[in-house]
Amino acid sequence: MSTDTQLDTWEVFMQSRAGANFIHQGSIHASDKKMALQNARDTYSRRGEGTSIWVVPTSEIIASSPDDADMLFDPSNDKIYRMPTFYTMPEGAKNI
Amino acid sequence: MAKQDALFKYTLRLGDNALILSQRLSEWCSYAPLIEEDLALTNLSLDMIGRAQALLKYAGEIEGMGKTEDTLAFRRSERQYYNNLLVEQPNGDFAFTMARQLFISAFELYFYSEMEHSKDKTFAAIAAKTLKEVKYHLEHAKDWVIRMGDGTGESHYRIQHAVNELWMYTGELFEMDDVDKDLIEQGIATDLDAIRPLWNKYIGDVLETAALIVPENGYMQTGSRKGIHTEHLGHLLCEMQYLQRAYPDAKW
Repeated sequence: MSTDTQLDTWEVFMQSRAGANFIHQGSIHASDKKMALQNARDTYSRRGEGTSIWVVPTSEIIASSPDDADMLFDPSNDKIYRMPTFYTMPEGAKNI
Repeated sequence: MAKQDALFKYTLRLGDNALILSQRLSEWCSYAPLIEEDLALTNLSLDMIGRAQALLKYAGEIEGMGKTEDTLAFRRSERQYYNNLLVEQPNGDFAFTMARQLFISAFELYFYSEMEHSKDKTFAAIAAKTLKEVKYHLEHAKDWVIRMGDGTGESHYRIQHAVNELWMYTGELFEMDDVDKDLIEQGIATDLDAIRPLWNKYIGDVLETAALIVPENGYMQTGSRKGIHTEHLGHLLCEMQYLQRAYPDAKW
């Protein structure tokens, strides 16, 4: 039997106003979906911060490995032509 | 009975229920089984202190003797408190606290649903705000009671024990006297006879879902309408009122 009495963890995302992006707030413990929502509400919206909450089981989140950071992110760093600022505007161009 | 007297006493009852249960729940702070539950219980407590503040402030205005909500909270003694015996019962284990919460929150849901239509505008406004909070309190308590009742052998035993032990304090929730009758006639107070069957039905359904047995309606404790309490209230007040008693008018 597991000695961990703290239940499963869930990630909490909250929307601060209608139409805004859901932003990751942190994580909470809960044994089921409803409890996860209640605990998220009690932990992260006590002072009226939110209008809507998402909870996701932490185990369902697929994370990239730090070891893959070079492969995933490095190649974009040295290709400055991928940035809009690389291109200079021709003088006098009006309809770009 | 003068209208002011009845209204004053009635307002104190409602305010005292909120204040005393708030104090009880705050005792869980840093002791709850999970940090999330610690926050949940103190949230409940904070909701109730807000309600107590509004009601005791109103009581002070009705009485017209210049008493504030603080005077009424910290300068009255045991016999001048009119909260139901149920809310002053010690927290016990977590099952005990949740059973108590289920009983009182179900009562408050039906009570304040009626009071929302009170002819007294202050009561109606406080009721509208309280209802939103109480719905959450009830949902929280109901989920836990079902979870424990339908859980392990030990959790089932503990929650059934709590329900059995607290049952004798539930009859008092529905007691009415001249104060109630006066104010019901004026369309101000809630008729408790009307909400009793709703409460019985709700609690019966929850306990059934939780695989728990509804206790027999045997001997019911009584007294709070007259300011007579169980031995637990005095100890609670000692702690809650200590600062204002030791250093009257202390401020920070």
